[in-house]
Amino acid sequence: MNPILEKTLHGAGMWSAVVSRGKRLRLTDLDGGANVGMLLYNALERIERYNMPDTLKGQHIFYLRAPYCLHSDMGRLIASITEDSVGWHDTVCGHSDAARVLAKYGGNNYQKSRNHWNRNGRDCFLIELAKWGLGKKDLVPNLNLFSKVVSDEEGKLSFIPDHSKAGGVIELRFELDTLIVLNTCQHPLDPDLVYRHRHVKLEVFTGDSPAPDDPSFTIRPENLRAWENNQTYHTLRF
Amino acid sequence: MTESTLNPVTAVFREVIPAGDWWVHKIKKGQTLRILDLEGNQAADTLFFSAVAPTERYSADRTIQEQAALYLTTGTKLMSTEGNALLTITADTCGRHDTLGGACSRESNTMRYAHDKECMHACRDSFIRGAQEWNVELTKRDITCNINFFMNVPVSADGGLTFADGISAPGRYVEMVAEMDVVCLISNCPQLNNPCNGWNPTPVEVLIWN
Repeated sequence: MNPILEKTLHGAGMWSAVVSRGKRLRLTDLDGGANVGMLLYNALERIERYNMPDTLKGQHIFYLRAPYCLHSDMGRLIASITEDSVGWHDTVCGHSDAARVLAKYGGNNYQKSRNHWNRNGRDCFLIELAKWGLGKKDLVPNLNLFSKVVSDEEGKLSFIPDHSKAGGVIELRFELDTLIVLNTCQHPLDPDLVYRHRHVKLEVFTGDSPAPDDPSFTIRPENLRAWENNQTYHTLRF
Repeated sequence: MTESTLNPVTAVFREVIPAGDWWVHKIKKGQTLRILDLEGNQAADTLFFSAVAPTERYSADRTIQEQAALYLTTGTKLMSTEGNALLTITADTCGRHDTLGGACSRESNTMRYAHDKECMHACRDSFIRGAQEWNVELTKRDITCNINFFMNVPVSADGGLTFADGISAPGRYVEMVAEMDVVCLISNCPQLNNPCNGWNPTPVEVLIWN
């Protein structure tokens, strides 16, 4: 199947779009070691948004992989992970900001380096959110696709370097009409002291509506009930 | 575990929050807030905002990032969305507090337990009402991922996450000093469907010292 959109995000790039339900977003780590910071909102009711706690406690997991789902804060699913060659994606560590990037990588502003300057995750999120009428109040814990962070029994976190290899793929199927806001800035806990501009290919495909026996819904009874909530929402609204 | 040297007799404010109620109160820079688990195993869902500009608020991810660790205890800086410390935990006789589990909502009750649990009282409704009573401009947008004092959500090395029986007990407390003027919003959790409140939601007490 040919994508209806194909685009390569250059390192520390950003993108936002509304993608309707049933369509799929496929991201490919072209260089290895990519990180995609992502926030998701119901495109029609942007006060409904991706919710890290409900996603984790609803599925009894600390990280994301296929065929798990991304839950909203309204008891519904925003997206399902339909394909995943990476196997572990972080969602608890947030994103970088200007102070952190400056402290970690040193000064590298636009004046000095033009478009090879050091952007940060927070600025990228806020810039793209503003284009849809959203702002600081809408910044919530985000996804860090392609990145792995593990916890020991005391809760100490360790970033696992070189987790995602070149060619690594994750694909999301949207269960609501979704506003996607993403950037490719490095993970905030990545100990690499070199600022990397890694490339990510982004493709959007059309798709079919899922059935109740979809693996993303059968893996947890919570996911099936959330999808039933989506069905109710769509039946009433459309 | 770190015990406090503060005496409840010298507190300038004391109030018991029944289970299912909300409490919103300003904590001035330098004041110390204690949350006391009166009967044990009671989750106190808590949010903080800058008292001056509530767009600046508690950030769970920023707090985790700052200490590269999941659980909150003595020494943890509770970080804001602008990268500032709102408060620092100075005493803790429970040992570990959660900031991954978020708040319960009537909507998430349907997802987590059963569709017919939608009618049951939940923390987000308390958060919404408390936020509105403090500042009429606040809405659901301002209700973000909170702290669950006294709640135990262990994460395993292989990535599992569970709501476990509490590690708190009657009389255990957590204490924090405000690093700036903040507003504290607590929902004393009414959840009956999991062990976060020991299946029996009970009161907590808040105390403030100058």
